[in-house]
This record gives sequence, C-alpha cells and structure tokens, in this order.
Amino acid sequence: MNLHEYQAKHVLSGYGLPISDGVLCYTPGEAEAAADALGGGVCVVKAQVHAGGRGKAGGVKVAKTPADARIAAEKILGMTLVTPQTGAAGKKVHKVYVEQGCNIAKEFYLSMVVDRARRSVAIVASKEGGMDIEEVAHSNPEKIITLSVNLAVGVAAFQVQQLGAAYGLDSAATKKLRSVVEGLYRAFVDNDFAMLEINPLVLTADGEFVVLDAKVAVDDNALFRHPELRAMMDYDEVDSKDLRASKAGLSYIALDGNIGCMVNGAGLAMATMDIIQQKGGSPANFLDVGGGATRETVTEAFKILLSDSQVKGILVNIFGGIMKCDVIAQGIIEAARELSVKVPLVVRLQGTNVELGKELLSKSGLNIQPAETMDEAATKIVSSVKK
Amino acid sequence: MSILINKSSKVVTQGITGKSGSFHTRMCREYGTNMIAGVAPGKGGQEFEGIPLFNSVSAAKEKTGANVSVIYVPPPFAADAIMETVDADLDLAICITEGIPVLDMLKVQQFMRGKRTRLIGPNCPGVITPGEAKIGIMPGHIHKPGRIGVVSRSGTLTYEAVFQLSLLGLGQSSCVGIGGDPLNGTNFIDCLDLFNKDTGTDAVVMIGEIGGSAEEEACDWIKSNMKKPVVGFICGASAPPGRRMGHAGAIISGGSGTADAKFIAMEKAGVFVTRSPAEIGKRMQEALRK
Repeated sequence: MNLHEYQAKHVLSGYGLPISDGVLCYTPGEAEAAADALGGGVCVVKAQVHAGGRGKAGGVKVAKTPADARIAAEKILGMTLVTPQTGAAGKKVHKVYVEQGCNIAKEFYLSMVVDRARRSVAIVASKEGGMDIEEVAHSNPEKIITLSVNLAVGVAAFQVQQLGAAYGLDSAATKKLRSVVEGLYRAFVDNDFAMLEINPLVLTADGEFVVLDAKVAVDDNALFRHPELRAMMDYDEVDSKDLRASKAGLSYIALDGNIGCMVNGAGLAMATMDIIQQKGGSPANFLDVGGGATRETVTEAFKILLSDSQVKGILVNIFGGIMKCDVIAQGIIEAARELSVKVPLVVRLQGTNVELGKELLSKSGLNIQPAETMDEAATKIVSSVKK
Repeated sequence: MSILINKSSKVVTQGITGKSGSFHTRMCREYGTNMIAGVAPGKGGQEFEGIPLFNSVSAAKEKTGANVSVIYVPPPFAADAIMETVDADLDLAICITEGIPVLDMLKVQQFMRGKRTRLIGPNCPGVITPGEAKIGIMPGHIHKPGRIGVVSRSGTLTYEAVFQLSLLGLGQSSCVGIGGDPLNGTNFIDCLDLFNKDTGTDAVVMIGEIGGSAEEEACDWIKSNMKKPVVGFICGASAPPGRRMGHAGAIISGGSGTADAKFIAMEKAGVFVTRSPAEIGKRMQEALRK
C-alpha cells in the first residue's frame, strides 16, 4: 500500500526526523491560508498523488508569497499529472501539500528497501539527489552505494561513516546524518515499510538536514498490524474494481485489454494472460479467485469482470485442486444466468470432478464454449472477440 | 527415489484445527502420507480424527518421532510457528501460509542461520513424491510416479504442468512448490541440486515468475553444475511493471525481474525454454529425446 508524501511525513515525524512544516490543502484558498500560516515566506506547493516524477510534470511549484501559493494551487489542483510512473492516463490531483521552503545547499538520495537478493534491509544512497535514481543506476552506477543492515545490530556507526563519505560530508555533517539514518531505519522496521525513498535528502545552507520528500510503500501483508496505516489508504488512487475485488477476497488488477480472465492461482492467472497475448488478444485484467472460492465468490468475480465496459469476452481457466470443478461450474452458470451474459464465454476446467463440471456446463443451456487445453481456450476466446 | 519427502516421512501439522489445516491433513492422510501428529496449543491430549494433538512441536516430536512439519497457521503467527519447528530441530518445515509480513520472514531467515531444518515456502502448495507422500494442498490424483522433477514458485500453474506431463506418460519423482513470496526458505538452486543428485530423477521442469532474480541465479548454477535436462517456463510476460501480481514476490521493480530477462537467462544456460504455458509437457518430451 502506497502512502502520500504528506502521510509518509506524518509517520516519519514521530521519529525525530527533520521535516519541514506543511499543511494539506484541497483548495487554492486553503493553500494561500497555509502559506500565510507557515510564515508568509517561500513555500512549495506539491501535488499529492501516488507517483514519482511530479516535479518534471509540473506538479511541484515554488511560491514566494501566499498569493503565489494560491495561483500555484489553482494550476495544480484538478490537473492530470502524467509522469513515467503514472502511465499515459496520468493521475488527477485532488490535493496539494503546502510546505515551508528551505535553503537547499545540497541534495542527496537515500532509500531503504527489503532487498530480496541480499536478504536484508538495504540502504541505497547516492550523492546525485533530486534525480531519477534509475537513470543514475543506468548511466553512473558507481555513484550509488548499497549497504545491508543487520537486523540484530541496526544501522552501524561505521555504515553511517560510509554514507557520509559517499555524500562527501565533513565529520560535523556526518554526525548529524547519523540520527537521520537511524530514525528512518527505525520508522521502516516499526511500520513494516516495503520501501522508503527520500529524494532529495537535503543539506541546507545552515548545515542542517531536511527530509524534503518521502515516498513510502507499506508491506500489504503487514497491514493487519498497522490499523492506523491501513486507514490512510487513499480510495481515489485505487481502481474501483480492484477495491471491490479485494473486499470479496479476490486478487484483481485492471489492465487495458478486452478479454476478461477468471483463474484460480496467481501463476496460472499470469500464464493465462500470457497465452491470450501470444494468440494476439489483450487481457482486460488479472484475476485470481483463490483456492477457497465459493459459488458466491465466483459470481462476484463475474460481476466485476462484466462491470468493465471494455470486456468483449471472458475466459475462465480453472484448475480444480481444492476447488472442485462442479462447484465452479455452478458458480459460472448461476452468475451467467443472473447477469444475462451476452459476451462470448470460453470455459476451460480441469482437475477434481472435471467431468461433472463439464456436464453441468453443457446442460445449462447457456452459450458457453468449452475447451480442453489452455491453448484451445486462448485460441477460442481471441477469435470470438475478434468477430 | 525422491527428494525431501517419502513414505517414511513422519508429519506433524501445525494449525491442524483450522479450516485449511484440518481439511488438508485429512486429504494427505488419505493419500497415504504418515500424518501422525497435530499441534494446537491448549488442545494437547485431545485428538483430531485419531491423530494425537500436542501443545508444542517439540512435544509432538518427542512422543511420535515426527521429522517434518507442515504449517497452516494464519499470517500473524506463522513466522513464529516456523521458528518453533526449527528450534525443535525437525528435518523439514513446509509453510503453506500466504500473507506473512516480509520483515517477519527476514527475522525467520536470521533465526535459521546455522540451524539444521530446511524450510520450504512460505506461501507454497507444499511437496509431493507421487505414490509415496503428499504434504500440502496439491491435488494428488493428477500426479503419477515417474522420473521428472518439478520445482515451481506457483501453485495451480504447477498442477497444469504436472497434468500435461502425466498425460504424456511422464510421471514425476518429486514436485516442490517453493512459493510465491520474495523471501523463502528454499530456492530453485537448492531443488535443482537435489534433483541433480537424485538417482530417481532424469530431468527437471522449472517454473518461474516475474520478480526478483532467483531464476537468473539458478541459470548461473545450471550452466556450471546441472547434468540433467531442464525445461523452463516463466509466467508474467504480459504483466505491467510495478504491480504485485497476486504473489507478494511477483513484481517487476525498477525494470528488473522481467519475464523476458529470465527467459533469456534460461536460454543462455541451455534450458529448454517454452514461452507457452500449454507446451511444458511437450517441451519435456523434446528435451528427453535430445
């Protein structure tokens, strides 16, 4: 689950980290009042969307006066920000964060992530702050250092020295860096972050550090033990079908195509999308109905697929292990009847009680094209949709 | 022959009284596996369908000689259940549970260093040696005893591959689900190594997914060590970057972990690759002829 910058900063502020004052605003009027409340001096108006690259796309503006803050907010609120991370459709801006400006002398990059290959929390740092880290990784990888943090030890003093050296800091600044890095690490571990990115970590002209931006992703698997973080979920940023599906215990991701997929198991669901694409079709979604799905879940899954107006055909690929094929068949029949499914429907079942499942489908009186193999199923649905 | 589990494996189920634990213990026992004990704190001394229950893994091991544990405990408690099994010095822990927080698994990995117990999973369907033992949630009836090893991050996609193999008369020696999480106990290399040494395995099917670099690392290992043919498939070629595709570990981040990169690594390592999930069995036939 992603947090907005203002939410991430709220969490981080509990760890003694140097964060500028800021106010969340929904209207230009609020932005002007916020700039005033922050002292009337230089402030920055920042779009709050779940995506990086906001600055380049015009979503971050410096304002010298409260009146400028109002003008900046007017431009940013309601705009559709298109960044390399949002995709072509972009993201609509509903709120801005008005933050006190600071006197930036240097910008650094600092992030923490659970590193699968190193099996540890890794700190990634670069002197090239404020830039796209993937760009730096591509063109100047030697400018990036990666440190593995030992869970039992935490961030070691010698590691802070390594970071200081990487940033080209003197010893006074490195001393100050220590509490910043330790605070960020504790926040990471306490709150089950999956990823924390501070870009830039600023050194001001006065020699102080400021966490100028914060991007946080919380481990979805850990949300059960962080109700306060779960409450920060921004429903505006989530596709409504994704949301509806997760409430029904389904794993669903909306895509761009027109062939709806219903599959049990994430790997098989991905493989089904893959083979549809190979046959020249375009999957409309990823949908895993899971191992314990009931007739009701299957019905709900169908409803979600059919609520996508782009869907011109549906492929059901179920390998019944725990799930029995006759139960799935019942679910499909009932849903198709209830919803008067008009689009082509190809159903491929295998596994436990498969013959019973197939029999139920063929006797249902519904227009269902059966398939034996994944190949046959994909071929049939792609050609049905092309007609 | 087989790897990891066989007729003589003695299995204790942690979480035996839950919906999943109870159902699958019954199914595994029907398959013929020695499901000899269950752990349900507070219910020690009671029974589940004739299987004695204990308050702890070590008590179960002491009384019954259990050497393998299968874990169906819910996510908030599963990491602890794994550590308990490791502490009790069992040979093998198979964790089925999906949804364990990543930082919990980091702690488990640290806890396990220097300890004997092998962990399979978490978030995996389990392990099966067809005809001998089934420990996990896979449908036993699609498997046939034979000489093809299967190692996979997936659940139902593995069953699809096994189904194709069985239809072609290519039975399986052992099938190992290593699970869909980013941090797991046993990876591709571990299983490939075991299959490489197993006199009962002639070839291996390897099923990977987007995310991470386990397949690439396995391919490096295959190049230098593997003496038997490997057939490979990676799912997720059509997945968009940055999205978690069901499995916690199935995510392309920062441009790496793509299916394409993994396919290329496989091809370079001499793996018999198929880009279609429908042709895994067929590709194995071809590989065996060479």
